Parts: sequence; C-alpha cells; structure tokens
Amino acid sequence: MAVRDEENDMTTAETVIADADLVGAKVRSKAGSRPLDNDFKTIGEVRVNDPRMSCTDVNVFYGDKHAIKHVDLDIAQNQVIAMIGPSGCGKSTFLRCLNRMNDTIDICNVTGEIRLDEVDIYDRKLDVVPLRAQVGMVFQKPNPFPKSIYENIAYGPRIHGLAASRAELDEVVERSLAKAGLWEEVKDRLDQPGTGLSGGQQQRLCIARTIAVDPEVILMDEPCSALDPIATAKVEELIDELRENYTIAIVTHSMQQAARVSQRTAYFHLGHLVEVGDTTQIFTNPRHKLTEDYITGRFG
Amino acid sequence: MSEPDKSTARTIDIVEASLKRRYARERRFKLMGLGAVLLGLLFVTLLFFDIVSKGYTAFVQTHIALEVYFDPAVIDPDGKRDMAEIARADFRKIAREPLAKLFPEVTSRGDKRALYSMLSSGAPYQLSKMVMKEPGLIGTRQVVDLVADDDVDMVVKGNIDRNAPAADRRVNDQMIGWISKLEADGVVKKKFNTRFFTNGDSREPELAGIGGAAAGSFYTLLVTLLLSFPIGVAAAVYLEEFAPKNRWTDLIEVNINNLAAVPSIVFGLLGLAMFINLFGLPRSAPLVGGLVLTLMTLPTIIIAARASLKSVPPSIREAALGVGASKMQTVFHHVLPLAMPGMLTGTIIGMAQALGETAPLLMIGMVAFIVDIPGGPLDPSTVLPVQVYLWADSPERAFVERTSAAILVLLAFLIAMNTFAVIMRRRFERRW
Ligand SMILES: Nc1ncnc2c1ncn2[C@@H]1O[C@H](COP(=O)(O)OP(=O)(O)OP(=O)(O)O)[C@@H](O)[C@H]1O
Ligand SMILES: [Mg+2]
Repeated sequence: MAVRDEENDMTTAETVIADADLVGAKVRSKAGSRPLDNDFKTIGEVRVNDPRMSCTDVNVFYGDKHAIKHVDLDIAQNQVIAMIGPSGCGKSTFLRCLNRMNDTIDICNVTGEIRLDEVDIYDRKLDVVPLRAQVGMVFQKPNPFPKSIYENIAYGPRIHGLAASRAELDEVVERSLAKAGLWEEVKDRLDQPGTGLSGGQQQRLCIARTIAVDPEVILMDEPCSALDPIATAKVEELIDELRENYTIAIVTHSMQQAARVSQRTAYFHLGHLVEVGDTTQIFTNPRHKLTEDYITGRFG
Repeated sequence: MSEPDKSTARTIDIVEASLKRRYARERRFKLMGLGAVLLGLLFVTLLFFDIVSKGYTAFVQTHIALEVYFDPAVIDPDGKRDMAEIARADFRKIAREPLAKLFPEVTSRGDKRALYSMLSSGAPYQLSKMVMKEPGLIGTRQVVDLVADDDVDMVVKGNIDRNAPAADRRVNDQMIGWISKLEADGVVKKKFNTRFFTNGDSREPELAGIGGAAAGSFYTLLVTLLLSFPIGVAAAVYLEEFAPKNRWTDLIEVNINNLAAVPSIVFGLLGLAMFINLFGLPRSAPLVGGLVLTLMTLPTIIIAARASLKSVPPSIREAALGVGASKMQTVFHHVLPLAMPGMLTGTIIGMAQALGETAPLLMIGMVAFIVDIPGGPLDPSTVLPVQVYLWADSPERAFVERTSAAILVLLAFLIAMNTFAVIMRRRFERRW
C-alpha cells in the first residue's frame, strides 16, 4: 500500500519545508512516529471489514497545491467516522471527494480510487446525480436556497420524484425538519425565506434538506460550528439516530463532539492522514506524536 | 505591568493624532462626490431645459376656425353621392372660399395665392375626410378648425418675430397683417397637436408627425429584443456554466469583448452586405434594422449576463448539486432566477442603446423619407433617432421645435424603458 510511483510525488517545496520543521521539532521524539514525507504510512488500521466507502491512494491537487496526500481510508457501514485536524489540513477537501463535490472547482484534480459499494465513483462513465443523491452533504457554511423554508426541504425530494403527492411531500418536509430539530421553530412560517433564519437555524435547515433526500451516506462538514449547545446536542442526537440506517462522516473541530458521536476517528495533518483508529483509542492512547499534541491541545 | 499600559496609551495618542486628518480626508472625498453628482445634474437640467423650452410648442398647432360651406356643386355635382367621385372633388376650393370671403379686398392673383398659403396643404384633406366620414355634411355650413400653414404657426407662436425688419423674416408684412386681423377676429386657435403623434413624416412641418418613426422604432426594438435576449442569455449561460474553460472559450470571450467595442456603423455595413445584399431582405425594413441592432446589442447582453451569473454565490450551486440536482436543474432552478435581475438590467441597457442608435440604420436605408406608417416589421420605415436627424436637417423654422419634441418623445421612451427595468428587477428580487 505504501509503495508509490515517483510521479505522484508532487509535493511543493513549501510543504516539504513545513513538514520538515514539524518533523524536526516534535515528531521524532515520540516512539512509533515517522516523518510526514511522501512515503508516510498512516498509523492505525485504515481498512474495516464491511466498508461502505473505500478510498485508496487519494491525492487532491488545487492547481500545484497538493492538498491531500496518498490517503487510504475505509468508511464503515452504519458507523460515524470523525475527521479532525488543524485548520487547512484538508478535511473539507477529503470530504468533498466522497461525493465528487470537488468537480465543481475547476483547478481541483483528484487522483486515486474511491469506491462506494464496490463502484468506482470517479469512473468516467459514472453519473454524479444519483451519486450525490446517495451521498448527501452538509456544507461548512450554511447555504440555504434563497427560497422559502418549505421549498428548501422539498426541492430534493421533488427533483428526484420521491414524493407522489403534495401530502406526502408535506410529510417529508415535516419529518426532515423535525429530525433536524427545527420543526417547532419554523412550522408557522414555512413560506418565509430560508435565508431569513439565524445562522444556526440555517445550518439545521441545510441538515434537514440533506436528510430529506434520504441519502445512504451523509457527509457533514462542521455541522455544529454555528450552533448553540442545545442545537448542537439535538444534531448530535440526530447523528446518533441516523447511524442505525446511514453511514456518516463528520468533520469537527470539537474533540468532545468527535468523542461523543463517532466510533472511529481520523486525524489529518497537512494533507496526510496521520492516524486512524477507534475513537476511544485515539482519544485515550494516540500513537502518533502529532495526534497526541492535537487532541491534548498543544497544537492547532 | 507598566509596559502594556504604556503601549495602549501610545496607540490611543497615535490614533487621535491621525483622526483629524482622516476625517478631513473623508469630508473632502464626500464633497468631491457631491460636486460630481451636482455637476452631472446641472448638465442634465440644462439639456432638459434646452430641449423642453424649444420643443414644448410643437405639442400645440395653430388652426384657423372658418365657416366652410360644403358646396354640393363642387363636391358632388351630379348628386349621386358616389364616394369615389367625392374623394376626387376639389376640396381646395371649399377650404379657400371662406378665407377669400374674410378678405374681400384681396383680388390680385398673386395676393390670393399668398392668402391661400396661410392654410396648410393638409386643410383640404381635413375637409375631404370629414365628408367621407359623414356625407350628410354636403350642402351644410360648418365652422371647421383648419390647419394653418407652418409660417402662420410660427408667427402665432412668436417663433417668428413680427416686429423684426421685414427683410429678416420669412413672412412678409402683408401676411403679418392678415394674421393680425384673423387674431383680432378671434378665429386663430391653438389646439393640441394630435397629428404630431399619429402622422408619418411630411414635407410640411404642420403635417409631419412621429407616428411612423415610433412604429418603426417599436418594430425594430421588438425584433431586437426577441432575438438578442434569448440568444444572449443562452450564450452567457453556456459560456459561464457549461463550457469547459480552455483556449477556445478564452478566444470567444476576447472576441465578445471586442465586438462590444466595434463602432456601430460597422454593424450597419455588415447588415447591408449580409441581410440585404446576400439574403435579399427588404431595404429600410425594421426586420433588418432589428437584426443589425441585435448584432450590436448581443455583446452587451452577453457580458452583463455573464457578470450577473458570476455574481451568484458558488455555494448556491453546491447546495443544489449536493442534493443531487443535475447541472441543468441547478442552473435553471437556482442560478438563473438569481441572475435574472442583472440580466434584465443589461438587456434594458442594451435596448436603450439600440433605441438611440442611428448610424447603422442609415446604412440599411432606414433614413428614407417615408410618409406611411409601417404596419409590420417588413414595411419600409424609419426610427425615432433617424427622424430626429432628418428633421434637424430641414431648413423650416417649424422643424426646429418638432426636432426637440421628437427628442422629448425619445427620452420619454427611454425613461419608460428604464422604469420598466427597475420594476422588473424589484419583481425578481422580491423572490429573495
Ligand atoms: N478552492 C480552493 N482553491 C485552492 N486551494 C484550496 C481550495 N480549497 C481549499 N484549498 C486549500 O487546500 C487546503 C485544505 O483546505 P480545506 O478546506 O480542505 O481545509 P480544512 O481542513 O477543511 O480546514 P478548516 O478546518 O479550516 O475548514 C488548504 O491549504 C486550502 O488553502
Ligand atoms: Mg473545512
């Protein structure tokens, strides 16, 4: 797995220097740690028994910038995987690869293989529309449509023809809003613009919009960064509930949240997947020095 | 402890020291901005004042109220009430007779001709039309407001100074005397000039109207709008949302930007060579004018439409794509509605430009003297700005006020269009 072609080593000088700094300063002292060069091998078990999604040697480039470097990772069925790491390490970038959202960025180039149920999602012949209906996404910044609250939720089910009648659609809207913990707040003003809600309400609206399509995998990019503790608790409850039927990948900056909601945790650093393992293991017994520094608050 | 104190105190001092200068700079900038706005307003006011003061008199027209005898012996000598015969009758005689009666002292041939020239050559038609509509008038006496000649009109309106030395004015003393007598009799009337709005062009200023040019402008702009809006928006959507970004699309973009800067007369030449000479479309027709103006407006619309598509936040596209909308659905359900206000503004600006465009239309023959009002985009016609150009070229004093009045109408059209654009934009923007 760790054997790579020379051509793939397109790391910019800048990142090499940055990596070397870290290596010199911190990494070497910890037993079991290795420098973050291009041959770096993720610590921990990247593979699982029943993967829903499986990534092999994923690289992402923004123009010349190598944002994700040789990442292997499985995402298990009916499990929540948390992705943590300092700002700018590539968590969002990696998450966006999983439903080909990076296609919308012209300069973004993804190599490697990502499989969803044994189907290569980067296959040229693959249609991204059903893929994105299957792999839903909640974005880092709330982005409701500039339409009514009702329309925001109803849009997905409508274009996919998921509801046969208006009554069914109403039901989907109510159920989705209720799951996202927003129903009570907005049930009397469904016809008002979604953009008129508060930031936290908008984010929950976006969560409701995503689950209205009933995807199998849900990608969440810091879904709680704009929420108060009560709303956060609701969303975490929702995630826990969804886990029974869905597969979830969540990016978060909150260690507590990662510990609370996830079963597996992946730690990213400057585009490398440094360490992955059971959440309890990562938080109680990190094996890489960088992971330890990050979760104990000494870094990032 | 003391160090942070010192540094904050120092920051405050520095801030306060620079504050005055910063506010002074802000005030200066505001004043400059205000000055620029006022200067602009001043010029606009001057322009309007000039045009309105010259043009408003064209909206009324001098008439002479005369008691006309619809003499059956002249109109319908054999009493058969045959409309075709009546139409050919000598209404000139009918119109002149009451004038001759008012001035029995005028006897010589030359003087009589001068006297009759006080009536417009349109006056007999006026009477003929009355009879054609209402044959019962034959044999009766009616007081009719007959259109006065433009020279009379100018004297009555004071545009020709009666007290100026005779050599300096177009109208001689004799006629001034007649006009004064008619005025003393109270038969000179100024009435609202409906002919100005309904008539086509004419060699006689008192009969000339902008009806034909307005209809021509309407058909031309209709063709332009129907072609340039859909084509422009489709091109912009394709280039912005679907086309791959490569050397070809870069080349297209550069070319579109260049086209926007091509002098409009070049489009006129192109239209002449292509649409008229090659495709054999009719000369002077609003259809060809519309095609030429479409070529001219397209770059404007495409550039504005692309800019407004670009200003739609990418997060909206991601949101739609994220729930599994196809590219087409994303564009049509979410991006286009948000970009529409900007596109409409661009389109209206383009259309306003097209409305005021003269040069390319000269090339395709829309400058011809056309009396008939066009009934469709294939009839020969002219447009408002060309009409302004034609009248501005005419020597008669009465055309001066008509030129200004035509400009006023053109401006009214522009203001109406821009108001429409603002209303449309509000409409679309209210949908968040
Ligand atoms: N559209 C883009 N164009 C160019 N570079 C980008 C783009 N998006 C992200 N990057 C770069 O890729 C790297 C990873 O960015 P990413 O957004 O994935 O970080 P992140 O881990 O999600 O950070 P955060 O926690 O702050 O959200 C960063 O260095 C960023 O500068
Ligand atoms: Mg991010």
